[in-house]
Parts: sequence; structure tokens; C-alpha cells
Amino acid sequence: MKFPYYPGCTLKAQAKNFEISALTTCAYLGIELEELDKWNCCGTVYSLATDDLMKQVAPIRVLIRAMEKGQNELVTLCAMCYNTLARANLLVRADEEKMEKLNCFMDDEPDYDGSVRVLHLLQVLKDIIGFEIIMQKVVRPLKGLRVSPYYGCLLIRPKGVAIDDPRDPRILEDLLSALGADVIGTPERATCCGSYLTIDRKEVVADNAYRIIMTSVERGAELLVTSCPLCFFNLDSRQKEAKKLHPEMKQVPIVYFTQLMALAFGLEDSLGFESHYVDPRPFLKEKGLLGGS
Amino acid sequence: MVFPLSKENIRGRFVNKVLELSGQDIFACYQCGKCSALCPSLERMDLLPNQLVRMVQFGREEVLGSKTIWICSSCFSCAVECPKGIDIASLAEALRLMQLRLNVDHLDLNKIPTEDLEELPPIAIVGGARKFTA
Repeated sequence: MKFPYYPGCTLKAQAKNFEISALTTCAYLGIELEELDKWNCCGTVYSLATDDLMKQVAPIRVLIRAMEKGQNELVTLCAMCYNTLARANLLVRADEEKMEKLNCFMDDEPDYDGSVRVLHLLQVLKDIIGFEIIMQKVVRPLKGLRVSPYYGCLLIRPKGVAIDDPRDPRILEDLLSALGADVIGTPERATCCGSYLTIDRKEVVADNAYRIIMTSVERGAELLVTSCPLCFFNLDSRQKEAKKLHPEMKQVPIVYFTQLMALAFGLEDSLGFESHYVDPRPFLKEKGLLGGS
Repeated sequence: MVFPLSKENIRGRFVNKVLELSGQDIFACYQCGKCSALCPSLERMDLLPNQLVRMVQFGREEVLGSKTIWICSSCFSCAVECPKGIDIASLAEALRLMQLRLNVDHLDLNKIPTEDLEELPPIAIVGGARKFTA
């Protein structure tokens, strides 16, 4: 099974660990994610103003690249890319005039027809592969690993592009259970980490990270699982600032769901744990889940 | 707080511009406060989300100077739960743009230390630049 794949900027920079673990686990499950030949930045944040059509040029151009592939699906890994592309797609599908204006503006491109379906990898895993199949593919169940899923915002909000119930998402819980982990639910699993405020208000994000992480730790979680590269940065790297604000804080490893899949499938070469601020390796070795156990 | 009410304020240029830019039916709000109950950034705001809506309903232009519109990180928690279907993230965006379109940056990207720029993921920098610069 082959899908056109849009990586976005961060998957080629700080989130290489997300990309390598995703591509390898997908290959193991029989899915080939084929990167678009040519792609541009999606714009990162969906423009919320009604008159800002210029900001939709970038995401629609990405959808045109996917349309050219002749397959009406486009898979994303980054939650921000997913949200921006999916919302731009909804906008032009619902507003013919805007679609026409954008197509006229990009007169060197084929006209976009609204046919592409933007998918997040989690949807592919749940709806196309199925968590039961994933469970059968597990060679090293994550037994005894107490993990807390952290959704963040953009995969489940707003409603129009939510990949699961925005009030009670289950998709990460179900995936992690299929991998054999003990899932610890928390009331902070979909509370915003502060997102791009991290560029100039580190203390706000560090405080959010502290609250989100400690709420999980208090309930027994040993690590947090995320699906967004910005949530990952804010929860992982901002622990440095969080520790300054809260010296008693214990460092907690943050991982992508694809890294836990790679671990459970025995694909140790594609984990990419070396780039984490809080290194998960000593903890996972102690648990007997990493390194020739 | 005392708000002098007049037809000019309530349906004046400012309110009409906000309605147009945000695409939100601000006047549908009946002040249930659910948005403020759910907002994760409440403690850092000078106006609660429901207060922001109320002030706009009254045509109070000083909301343009509030911290709230810059603290909102567009997480859409309020939008999911609003019983009247108002998206306050879009309202905050409209108010930010009314400032930024005067060609005044809220954040000077040149002041971000180089070591931070090396560490930050591009989505943080691009996202921040989109929300905070003209």
C-alpha cells in the first residue's frame, strides 16, 4: 500500500526521529509513505481571518502536488501541517469563489479540484491497517510500561478536522494498548502546551509543560507520548526551564507514538532517541524494553 | 465597570470590522462563561475570553490593547464547547490583525537569541512569526 506523504519542515529538522521511526514502522506494516517530489511550507498555522486568502496559497499548492500524484489521499505526520492542510481543504471545498480565486492566482499550476483527502498517520493506522493487525505485529509487547497519551490541540480541534472525538479522544489510547503498554489517562491530555508562544514566552510554556507532565506522573505515568513536533519540543526541551521554576521536578521522557511502535516491533535502529533532551534510553533499558533484552 | 452605550458604539466601524474579519457572530454570545472555564491560559490574561466578547459587543476598542489577544494560542478549546458556535480564537486573530496591519510588529524576531533560534523547531518560528508580526 502506497500513500503520498507530506513531511513539512520540522520533520526534516528537529523531528527527524519522528520521521525515521514513522517511515520504518510503516514499511514494517506494509505501507510505503512516498514523499511528494516537490513541496513547500504549509504555513504552519491556519489563517483564521476571513479576508486572508493569500495565506491559503501555500497549503493549497501542497494539495495540488498531492492531486498530481493521482491518488486522492495525502498523509501527514506533523499535527500542525495536518491541521493547516485539512482546514484549507475544507475552506475551498465549501467556498467555490475562494477556490476559483486561488486557482486563478496560481495560474502556472493545475487547478485544484478539492479531491484530496488529508489524513494523519494515526487515521491510516486505525482505519486502513487496524489496531488488531498492529497488535499481531508486535514482537516485544511494551508490558509494564506506564504511558500517558498527550494529544495537544490540532489533531482533535476544531471539530471539522478532528481525527477523533474532540471531547473524548481514544485513538492514541487504543494504539498504545495494542502495543501492550499500560495507558494512564489524564485530564491534561488535550490541554494546550502553549504552542508557538515558546519562541518568546518560555516561562509560560515551561509552566504548562510542568503541569501537563506532573498531572501524568501523579497518576503513575513513566513517560508521555505525543504526535506533534511542537508539543514534543515544548514538553521535552522546555523541561530545562520547567526545572528552574520547579526544582523538585523529576525529568520525564517524551516520545512520539511512532517510536513506541518501532520499539514494540523490534526496529531498534530507527528510534532516534539520541536527539531527545530527556534521554529515554536509560529508563527503557532499566525496564528491559531496549537493548538486547 | 461602567460602559456608556450608544448605537454608534454597538454597530460602529470597530465592531463591524471585527465581525467581518473574524467571521464570528459575536452578538450570539449570552455570557455563559464556558470559554473562560476551559481556557488553559486564563491566569495570564487581563480580560477573560467571555469578557473580551462582551467588550467587543459594546464596541470597546481598548480591547486592542489587551494582553489576552496575544496570550491566546489558538488551541480552540473554547470553540469546541461554545453553545453558540463562536470561535474566540478567530476573534483574537481578528483583533491581532487590526494591530499588525498598522505595520507594527508585536514581536521583534531580531531579538530572539541565536542559540534559541538554533534550538527552536521551524514550526515554532514560522507559527510565531505568522501570529506576531505584520
